[in-house]
Amino acid sequence: MLQQAFNGLVGGAFYALLALGLAVIFGMLGVVNFAHGAFYMLGAFGAFVALDSFGLNFWLALALVPVLLGAAGVALERLFIRRLAPLDPLYNFLFTFGLALILQDLVKRSYGVQSQPYPRPSELGGSIDLGLFTYPAYQVFVLAVSAVVCGAVWVVLTRTRVGMIVRAATERPELTRALGIDVGRWVTPVFGFGIALAGFAGVLAAPMRAVNPLMGADLIITVFAVVVIGGLGSVFGSVAAGFAVGLASALGNLYAPALSQTLVFILMAAVLLWRPAGLFGREEAFR
Amino acid sequence: MRLMGCGLAAAGVLLAGCAGGPGGGGGKISDGKVVLAVLNDQTAVYADVSGRNSVEAVRMAVADYKAKYGGKAASTEIEVVAADHQNKPDVANSKAQELYDRRRADVILDVPTSSAALAVANVAKNKKKIFIDVGAATTELEGKQCNKYTFHYGYNSYMLAHGTGTAVTQDGAKNWYIVYPDYAFGQDMQKTFTAAVQKAGGKVVKADPAPFPNDNFSTFLLKAPGMNPKPQVLGTMQAGGDLVNLVKQYNEYKLREKGVGLAAGLMFLSDIHSLGPDAMAGTRFTDAWYWNADPKNRAWADRFQAKTGKRPTSVHAANYSAALQYLEAVQRGGTDKADDVVGQLEGRKVEDVFARNGTIRAEDHLLLHDAYLAQVKPSAEVKEPWDYQRILKTIPASEAFQPQPDPACKL
Repeated sequence: MLQQAFNGLVGGAFYALLALGLAVIFGMLGVVNFAHGAFYMLGAFGAFVALDSFGLNFWLALALVPVLLGAAGVALERLFIRRLAPLDPLYNFLFTFGLALILQDLVKRSYGVQSQPYPRPSELGGSIDLGLFTYPAYQVFVLAVSAVVCGAVWVVLTRTRVGMIVRAATERPELTRALGIDVGRWVTPVFGFGIALAGFAGVLAAPMRAVNPLMGADLIITVFAVVVIGGLGSVFGSVAAGFAVGLASALGNLYAPALSQTLVFILMAAVLLWRPAGLFGREEAFR
Repeated sequence: MRLMGCGLAAAGVLLAGCAGGPGGGGGKISDGKVVLAVLNDQTAVYADVSGRNSVEAVRMAVADYKAKYGGKAASTEIEVVAADHQNKPDVANSKAQELYDRRRADVILDVPTSSAALAVANVAKNKKKIFIDVGAATTELEGKQCNKYTFHYGYNSYMLAHGTGTAVTQDGAKNWYIVYPDYAFGQDMQKTFTAAVQKAGGKVVKADPAPFPNDNFSTFLLKAPGMNPKPQVLGTMQAGGDLVNLVKQYNEYKLREKGVGLAAGLMFLSDIHSLGPDAMAGTRFTDAWYWNADPKNRAWADRFQAKTGKRPTSVHAANYSAALQYLEAVQRGGTDKADDVVGQLEGRKVEDVFARNGTIRAEDHLLLHDAYLAQVKPSAEVKEPWDYQRILKTIPASEAFQPQPDPACKL
């Protein structure tokens, strides 16, 4: 039971990392980024290509791939998202959705649909005795690293000047602008950062999940539910909801396997009935 | 002149001169040519198991047929066309109609995904055109939904369940824990496997449905060793990416070391390739054919690899065989008229690179042939790329498939 809960948290770590990026992007740009799952997939494929074609190991991939994807995110924002932002949100929705399909198909063309093999890093091959039970070392690593990343983002957002600006711009863009702060300057790096986070999650997933072009598409709907449960635009809420949903689906698997996939959406419906803005969301997000 | 002759033939005036058919066969080949259509998944989950390389396998059959009969061939004009059904029954239905009507297909081959295969079988029945299914597993094709124009070639869920379920149970793994994807294929596999295990004297301790698709199987894997009685084998009915996820996690949680073996319901060479043989080592499953089982298979696999860069899965080989046997039937009858070809195929003994001791059963149009219980080799024994399987035993044709035709099948 405890072990199952631990499991749920590991699954939740991926939801949290992805939801965190989505929430920051939504908060700052007002863009619902449907290509987020595709960037997660590209992260995993990036790790595979780095190893397969360039001989770069997992650790180098973990450092390099998110940076490259983040740069791609910056270019994407500059070239397209920026131009679409003033239009109806539907344009951005269609653009990112189409982009996700294009990215998936490009990967399919080059690597096929079959999953690609990716070994666990040898340093984390064994198991760790956690006192009450032993657990695969890699999973413990994933949980720790994602907790650290989520924590670091939270610290940056609450304790630094940059974070203050981002938070202010997320919640009250006009007022922030009126105070003489150039919100536009921060939009591009924030978008790039969100994409880099998705890529980071993808690299983390490569050794423990099937690396195939559809891995992001399979996950993204659940992640959207997570963001909605946490409250659109709420950074803390999306992380908390990510871990909570992971936990709920692990326990759901245990007691009612057939229901476990629907469980997330039942949870979402229940939360929305009780708090229409999500657990940690503010009504203003919907103005 | 030749072009003009063909034009006339198409107009139904003269055939033999253009098609170079055997003496007396004039007018027997519709449109002056034989068209083989491969309808399958070209871009999604079954694209590597079958996909474009199945089209290549069918082209190989056409080339071999032409080489064998030369000027004596019933038709020297043979065309291979392909279409993508995206694994959707509605798309499969409309594509099949298009292939038969507009592209003049005389036979449709492959069609993986059971729901799509059943849709095409229905089109074949209505249009009275031949359909040889290779890629789909459902036994409905030779059961309730069988028809005069549909054949099932290669493998089915009975073969998978009885091969693996029976052999593993008789080997001493009496207690099973089955995890299956919660959709039509998985539910069907769960039932057939449970029946096979029970018949062999074993017991299914528990069978859990898992969401589909799914990337986290840890809940199921963690509870397996704690069950009472403890299952000796975990039977997974997952396919494609889900199978890869499950096996990766099976290894992470060290279930083999905890005494829970692994048996796969449906697995292809391409799946082992994705995971690397180490992750799968020891896993047992039933296969319809293996490329490196004997020199004959290997020679064909070499030709296939020269064209595609990959080793063939059993589905590729079965598509080759199905196309070849179709063309041989056309040759024997001297015509591609569907009713005549059906007559040529029914009850036919088949012995080629794919089918050993094969018979196309007249009562339900199922190809009975030898199947194989296979095990994934540990990487230390893998001497060359793609040589991942060890054949543990040959399951004779009479045991591999349903011994009696399903009484629900009325052709």
